[in-house]
Amino acid sequence: MTQPKLMQGNEACAQGALAAGVRFFGGYPITPSTEIAEQLAEQLPKVGGTFIQMEDEIASMAVILGASLAGKKVLTATSGPGFSLKQELIGYAAIAEIPCVIANVQRVGPSTGQPTAPAQGDVMQARWGTHGDHPMIALSPWTVRESFDVAVKAVNYSERFRTPVIILLDEVVGHMREKVVLPTSDEIEIYPRRQPTKSKDEGYQPYAPEADLVPNPADFGTGHRIHVTGLVHDETGFPSGSAKITEECIKRLHEKINCAKDEITHYDEFFMEDAEIAVVTYGGTARTAYAAVEAARAQGKKVGMVRLMTIWPFADKIIKQTAAKCKGLLVPEMNYGQLVLEVERAAAGQSKIVSLPKYNTEIFTPAEIGNAIDQLLSEVAQ
Amino acid sequence: MKDYEEYFRNNRLPHIWCPGCGNGIIMKSIAKAIANLDLDQDKTVIVSGIGCSSRASGYMDFDTLHTAHGRAIPFATGVKLANPELTVIVITGDGDCTAIGGNHFIHGARRNIDLTVVLFNNNIYGMTGGQASPLTPTSKKATTAPYGTVDRPFDPCDLAQSAGATYIARGTAFHAAQLPDLIAKGINNKGFSLVEAITPCPISYGRRNKLGDSPAMLKLLSEQAVPKTAYSKLSVEQRAGKFPIGVLYEAQFGEYTEEYSHVIERAEGGLK
Amino acid sequence: MSKLIIRTNRCKGCNVCVAFCPKKVLGLDPLGKIYAIDEESCIQCGQCELRCPDFAIRVAPKEGK
Repeated sequence: MTQPKLMQGNEACAQGALAAGVRFFGGYPITPSTEIAEQLAEQLPKVGGTFIQMEDEIASMAVILGASLAGKKVLTATSGPGFSLKQELIGYAAIAEIPCVIANVQRVGPSTGQPTAPAQGDVMQARWGTHGDHPMIALSPWTVRESFDVAVKAVNYSERFRTPVIILLDEVVGHMREKVVLPTSDEIEIYPRRQPTKSKDEGYQPYAPEADLVPNPADFGTGHRIHVTGLVHDETGFPSGSAKITEECIKRLHEKINCAKDEITHYDEFFMEDAEIAVVTYGGTARTAYAAVEAARAQGKKVGMVRLMTIWPFADKIIKQTAAKCKGLLVPEMNYGQLVLEVERAAAGQSKIVSLPKYNTEIFTPAEIGNAIDQLLSEVAQ
Repeated sequence: MKDYEEYFRNNRLPHIWCPGCGNGIIMKSIAKAIANLDLDQDKTVIVSGIGCSSRASGYMDFDTLHTAHGRAIPFATGVKLANPELTVIVITGDGDCTAIGGNHFIHGARRNIDLTVVLFNNNIYGMTGGQASPLTPTSKKATTAPYGTVDRPFDPCDLAQSAGATYIARGTAFHAAQLPDLIAKGINNKGFSLVEAITPCPISYGRRNKLGDSPAMLKLLSEQAVPKTAYSKLSVEQRAGKFPIGVLYEAQFGEYTEEYSHVIERAEGGLK
Repeated sequence: MSKLIIRTNRCKGCNVCVAFCPKKVLGLDPLGKIYAIDEESCIQCGQCELRCPDFAIRVAPKEGK
């Protein structure tokens, strides 16, 4: 372990990316994400990496995809308005299977919204922002230390599954400062990019899947002369209009991530042993929720907490289990009620689901969540 | 020197372009330029956008990247910056480059990043059936301008010059003998190079505007195009309906990836 | 030895080579593909190969070159 430091969430995210091997960042200034860009503008060239500020958010997404195809691990960072602009190319990355990480430090939307105020309003957009049928991996840290860990995980997953991965920070976690002790480089596991195992003469096909359903498109410049396109394509990488190929392509894009779903849906459980109700929470809100739950337990109230780190794919299993166990689930979120829709779906009617939305720039207070806990406890007691 | 056909993915031919489309002539010119320069086929990358012209990347035997509409230049910027040893050629069209891609065009030139952009200008959106593009001449007909366009095209060569490109040339599908050399010079330029290649679209543009068949449209290009030196001596009246071709502009300025490598040296050395 | 190599499967019958041939060597057959009407007259100038958009015609190098 390294020496303890006082660090900002955005800074930890940048450090995590560097630790995971990111050596190319393309971005555009936007509050409250800009610190990630500024950190990497300074840090990347020190380690032989490249930082570029592009002319807009779309160019930022394009430049990292080009760099990824040329062999680099890549990151971009943005907030709501930029996240909206990036969506077309996020879909491109999904279908062309290009590893990349997009950090979205969420602020109040829609549109310009409140540039300096926190929100968690991009949850559904992270899943469905780009058109067409595609899977998505999105991770949401709740501490500064976890911003580092989530960045490492995001880079690793993007490489392992050859897919875009979104880091859903919020302005609370992004801008807070906490004491952290970061791992040393030998304590960090890095997923190296898999290279082709065959030559062209041996029948190499850039988009032919391995056993894990992930293909090995070769990095540009390694002599494989591959074709990469956003059109639906077959195993050769060339476009195909056939019904069969289209179905196979879209199905495999989903299956390659679904088959590892249990492994990649990370969560924590607190005070769940005899919980009658549970607070389901994520990101910055989870900090307040924890304080409220801890205080409620101190008063003998049987409330627990499930803190989701993986937002997408959604942690159906644990939510279903929690709903079976508990009479009520409380879902506080800094939005109009987004992840609660998934909680309702996964709970499948086994439990009373209560949405606690807050969408006025202010973070929750422990009292607000505490009051909602009391309310739900009394409702389920009847 | 390899035969230019060795740079084609021959098993993907015949191409999808219409009979008489000039795109094949431009693509062939790019292959000839690459052959003349004897570029390493494994270290050359072709990046294209979306449109008829941009399908060329699928027919060329290199690492090829068929991106989203308008975004070839920033994708290419990423490829080049991540691996400056690669020779990166961008294939784009008039709509792809100057409409949706306009901003990226400006900033690629401004950065003077070592890309060679071959702009296949057929004055129309061909792939989608013949809509007006920013480079459709005024009053010409298009499916989205059934009464004729109201606005003016701009000159992408002038724009590239103002934005900072360090090599600018224009050729046409008629001047197929000169085009490979114009492109090769662009590839050799260590910086942002633009080669505007004017090419006939007989089906979506020519027919609607009664420009005749492909041979007629090519002959028209031979009448409209004037070599740069001769063009500079024409009066304003004489220039009407004509445009200059050849190497139009050359300048010297630090190339982006090289300048950034100095940043890396300084940063690695602990300096700012 | 043939002066012209024609790849009929690539030819789209656009007529460009026919129009630019200085010796009127080429024509379109009933299926709309090019063929050499009069290969004897071909001077191997290379205009057809230069101008073909479909890579459908190649001109053999002149003898002795």
